[in-house]
Amino acid sequence: MADLVNLTINGRAIQAPAGTLVIDAAKKAGIEIPAFCYYEGYSLQAACRMCLVEVEKMPKLQAACTLPVGEGMVVRTESAPVVKTRKSMLEFLLANHPLDCPVCDKGGECELQDMSFRYGVGESRFTEMKHHVDEKQWSPVVFYDGPRCILCYRCVRVCNEGMGVGALGIINRGEQSLITPNAEDHLDCDECGMCIDICPVGALTSGTYRYRTRPWEMKHVGSICAFCSDGCKTTLGVRGHEIIRGNNRDRSGINGEFLCMKGRYAFDFIEHPARLTSPLMKVNGKFEEVSWSKALEAAAKKFAEVKSRGGKFGIAGSTKTTNEENFYLQKFAREGLGTNNIDHHRSGDVVALVDALDGRADALAAMADVYTMTASLVIGSDLAQEHPLIAFQLRANNRHHHGNTYAVTKGPVREDKYAAASVRCEEGKELEAVEGLREQLSKEKELLVVFGDAIKGEAVGKLVAFGDSLGIPVKYICLVDYSNSRGAMDMGLLPDLGPGYVPVDNPGMTLPEMMAARDLDVLWVVGANPLARHELGSSGAFVVAQEMFLTETAKRADIVLPASAAYEKSGTVTNVTGECQKLHAAGRTMGTKPDLEILGLIAKGMGLNLGIWSSSNVFEEIRKSVRGYNIPLPIIATGQAAQTNPLSGRVRVTPRPDLIQSAGNTLFTSGSLGRYSKKLTSVLEHPGQLYRP
Amino acid sequence: MTFSPELEAKLEKLMNSYPPGRKKSALIPMLMFTQDEVGSITPELVEEVARRIGIPTVQVDEVVTYYSMLHRKPMGKHHVQVCTNISCLLWDGDELYEHACKKLGIGHKEVTADGEFSLEEVECMGACSWAPAIQVNYDFHHHVTKEKLDEIIDSLKKLR
Amino acid sequence: MLFNAPSPLEVKILTRRLGLPNSASIETNLANGGYKSFEKSLEMTQDQIIQEVKDSNLRGRGGAGFPTGMKWGFLPRQSPKPKYIVVNADESEPGTCKDRVLIENDPHLLIEGCLIAAQAVGAKAGYIYVRGEYRYLIDILDKAIGEAYSRGYLGKNILGRGVDFDLYTHTGAGAYECGEESALLESLEGKRGQPRIRPPFPAVAGLYQCPTVLNNVETYCAVPSIIEMGGKAWAGLGIPKAGGTKLTCLTGHVNKTGVYELPLGFPVEKMINEVGGGIRGGKKMKAFIPGGSSCPVLTGEEAWPLTMDYDSMAKAGTMLGSGGVIIMDETTDMVKAALRIMHFYAHESCGWCIPCREGTAWLKKLLTRLNQGVGTAKDVDLVGDLADNMLGKTFCPLGDAAALPTASIVRKFRHEFEAKLARTLIAVPDMANKPFVIV
Repeated sequence: MADLVNLTINGRAIQAPAGTLVIDAAKKAGIEIPAFCYYEGYSLQAACRMCLVEVEKMPKLQAACTLPVGEGMVVRTESAPVVKTRKSMLEFLLANHPLDCPVCDKGGECELQDMSFRYGVGESRFTEMKHHVDEKQWSPVVFYDGPRCILCYRCVRVCNEGMGVGALGIINRGEQSLITPNAEDHLDCDECGMCIDICPVGALTSGTYRYRTRPWEMKHVGSICAFCSDGCKTTLGVRGHEIIRGNNRDRSGINGEFLCMKGRYAFDFIEHPARLTSPLMKVNGKFEEVSWSKALEAAAKKFAEVKSRGGKFGIAGSTKTTNEENFYLQKFAREGLGTNNIDHHRSGDVVALVDALDGRADALAAMADVYTMTASLVIGSDLAQEHPLIAFQLRANNRHHHGNTYAVTKGPVREDKYAAASVRCEEGKELEAVEGLREQLSKEKELLVVFGDAIKGEAVGKLVAFGDSLGIPVKYICLVDYSNSRGAMDMGLLPDLGPGYVPVDNPGMTLPEMMAARDLDVLWVVGANPLARHELGSSGAFVVAQEMFLTETAKRADIVLPASAAYEKSGTVTNVTGECQKLHAAGRTMGTKPDLEILGLIAKGMGLNLGIWSSSNVFEEIRKSVRGYNIPLPIIATGQAAQTNPLSGRVRVTPRPDLIQSAGNTLFTSGSLGRYSKKLTSVLEHPGQLYRP
Repeated sequence: MTFSPELEAKLEKLMNSYPPGRKKSALIPMLMFTQDEVGSITPELVEEVARRIGIPTVQVDEVVTYYSMLHRKPMGKHHVQVCTNISCLLWDGDELYEHACKKLGIGHKEVTADGEFSLEEVECMGACSWAPAIQVNYDFHHHVTKEKLDEIIDSLKKLR
Repeated sequence: MLFNAPSPLEVKILTRRLGLPNSASIETNLANGGYKSFEKSLEMTQDQIIQEVKDSNLRGRGGAGFPTGMKWGFLPRQSPKPKYIVVNADESEPGTCKDRVLIENDPHLLIEGCLIAAQAVGAKAGYIYVRGEYRYLIDILDKAIGEAYSRGYLGKNILGRGVDFDLYTHTGAGAYECGEESALLESLEGKRGQPRIRPPFPAVAGLYQCPTVLNNVETYCAVPSIIEMGGKAWAGLGIPKAGGTKLTCLTGHVNKTGVYELPLGFPVEKMINEVGGGIRGGKKMKAFIPGGSSCPVLTGEEAWPLTMDYDSMAKAGTMLGSGGVIIMDETTDMVKAALRIMHFYAHESCGWCIPCREGTAWLKKLLTRLNQGVGTAKDVDLVGDLADNMLGKTFCPLGDAAALPTASIVRKFRHEFEAKLARTLIAVPDMANKPFVIV
């Protein structure tokens, strides 16, 4: 640890490590020094001059955001000259500001408003013409209102340093300076909206949210993003039962300040016009809307009938439903229907990794490791597209800790810009390419290995053997596609493994086997769309689908039960690094039910006793019975991430690399669900060309 | 885009003036030299310069809009720049500028219809002891009176 | 060419070759003592060279007046990174036109100064950043650099002494801000000319984050004579604490405007009346700016008894600055002068920090209005207040440069503002306030 320096701020003796900036030292001591341009983790600007403070023995006021603490330094942050200066900075800022707070999206959450309020600049001496430029739309989701902009350059830095995109710049000079997009008059970027989140004023506004409500009319519900497996917290702004906004309000999730387009905007799938809001039953080959009781009764009756005659069930679970729903579903299959024919769409070979690590619990990385470990090796994944949080954390690691990154991929990736080494290789040759990096990697102090579906089956074992041979501590992340892909495996949505990767006695059929079987009596699909990739072999199978939309699978179903979305229910999900987090219901769509309730009602209809179907009850059961899930309740309850750890030894399974296939989603696609987000599709349909005036 | 052989040679010399990995240093001189030949900083020129230096175009735009001698619209063949800053003002540089406006029939940063002349009221150009001063393109003229200004413009008109 | 007739009162050290036929050519230069100091410096250690510069009391001639020898001494002796020499030839301070005279007439003097500086700190390459408007000087410099290469004064193994030094010219593109050293370095690196956070200073992290000597043209040009005469003798040319001569640009309302080399401590009265031939038309001097429009303005009465040196000017509440003397006679409209000065700073503000970006623009609008006689006494107070709110609070010195002259004009010539307001019977402001045209 760095040497401690003694200083005095506002008469209080404070200690801070040498090199700490005065603004940070003060913050740590509970003294707020206001600033617009300063933002922790990004390059220093000293542009807004709000943080000017008085330092004894220095002739001029000093910018606390660039001044390191010094031994014996005496700082005053609220003295008369300092307060006068702050007032004058605000007066300067407000001179050309449109003062359109009554209609500004940022009203109520605006740092400029807060500062004006705090320092009481209620009157302006500016009586000249204001400098005006018209508002511009830069993309389907990003709008820029120049006159509101205070030029703190946070957006430029977060795009360039944080996202590695560099889509924003500064044009003109002096009073006419403006932020500019990279493609002449529009943005060619990730559309992550980080620039909007970080904007202290209402200069950058969101295409989904602008002019729709005031911040204080919403309740703010922190939940977990429903798309990729990184497990970002998104704060949903809800008015009534309607979700109006997704953003990163309190930065309290594992994603810190990060959120990508999906977490921020793609919640709009829940109000897609094609959303199912009534149970459907097929009558003479055509769907008819029926009541919930009728549909549930029909499903329960069918299941009971097939079970009683020893018929064949096939059950496809979901990578997006909660742990509680997945656990309950496999329990339903195994205990209620007596079958191990249960599977899900597997996108990464976590099972093989668990097997290869043979109980070494500390070799499974947590999300925090991505930011802190001194070296990382990325194999076969374009992280910036498929796992934007991991990509963001790797960049931050490089920026803040000079962490080395090595990339072994098929095509160019964003990591190339700062990677210690980038290797291009054909699919299937990844391990050879990794071998080529042996010398460099073995010189590292430690290594994080992040691998996609390019490494599966026996290759996972070989990769772990390679890691062992380096003689340094190595941790692994096996990438999977969706928000609860990891939880689906952990909860035993597998024909050969029960919850916690415990082998079962009579392994059932895999998903492709179920789909191919000609004698399947019932196919029960909960939140999945296997018919998008497979033909259903059994023409006579009775299909029950729990779905939000009339997908390929739902269209084939005999009974469709409209399910609630992840943003409409409680429960937990487990992300790619095994962190379990709680969902909080934000919106509600009339006519739908959470899958857990549907499962419970079908069980009830069949007269089965599978336990109470409330998510907290099922979660208790999971904590007690699933290996690695005995996690502290307060962590979950307070909206934090609890690390699960499913390891206890080898998992004796037959490697089935053929079952593992990542969808290779991009920033703007996400399996079937992504198709129902208008925001995602609008970006895809109009790449670049849309917003030319 | 291709440039004249002379300019290409100049640009090659320019690119070799900076240490390895520091090509971006050539940006501003390259914009100045190519603007002299192309006439203005066109979008194509921005792309070309970005390509040659190996940077995104937004970084070129940032620079082009910052420096006052880089123009995105073509100026006249003879760009008349009249200084009205303090030392020239004290020798009636402002009146000289007004006179130039009348003489050319154009205003600040405007171009005559025939594209021959453009006018700009500029900041101090470093001719303060010989005020008032004007520059036509890169040529200085010192102690410029209204009559002298007329002469300069008339002689340039004859060059056509 | 010479720009103006020399004055017999000049002490011609830096300008001694000016006026010789073909003074810019290496032949003339060598025939008149050129590069002799560089050859002498080859026999000296780095410490000896820096000591001579320290002894000379040479202070930076760009305007800030920082002791040059001390600046050079800040460079690390041992550095894994290359070191650079950078010449600030971005002469843009209104009222200043001396570097142009030096480069046009004696470019080899600058090259020699760079060579000695390179010797003093162990630099292998240098860049001369020339403002865009001075394109013809780049041609002159490039020709001179070519001559120096062919005579073996630049390049590899200079004069067979195992010393390497490459020198390049680099054009700016119109930005006053690039005269600020860190903004100049940004511009030299191909970016917007916006200043950097300092520290670190260029001596530690300058061009490409490498140790860099960055001085004004005149400062480098002074070095050969310091080495030739010895630092102490050179210092003796001026007054204690401020050595040598200073190129002084007489501008405004004097009869013989021009650039003159005068020893530091030269009396203002003698400079105006004898060197400058008196105030134009025999009028009274109303206002005096000693070194470019960034300096606080003095009244004629305040200025007459002063001498042209750092301390004398500081005592009078202004600065010696860059040597751009601006003289305003009794006919000068001080409100108009204040407006024109602010117009310049508003045009040149880079926009990086709030007080400068907003303050200069606001003041320009306000002064435009007051110049039209539209406003109240409160508005005149506001001018002073806004200038005060900028002063010492901006990211770089440009904010101070805008605030200082404005505040001093309002304070000392307030009656002119009030007179204008009183004359206007019907106040109709010109609300157009057109922004600067960007094309």
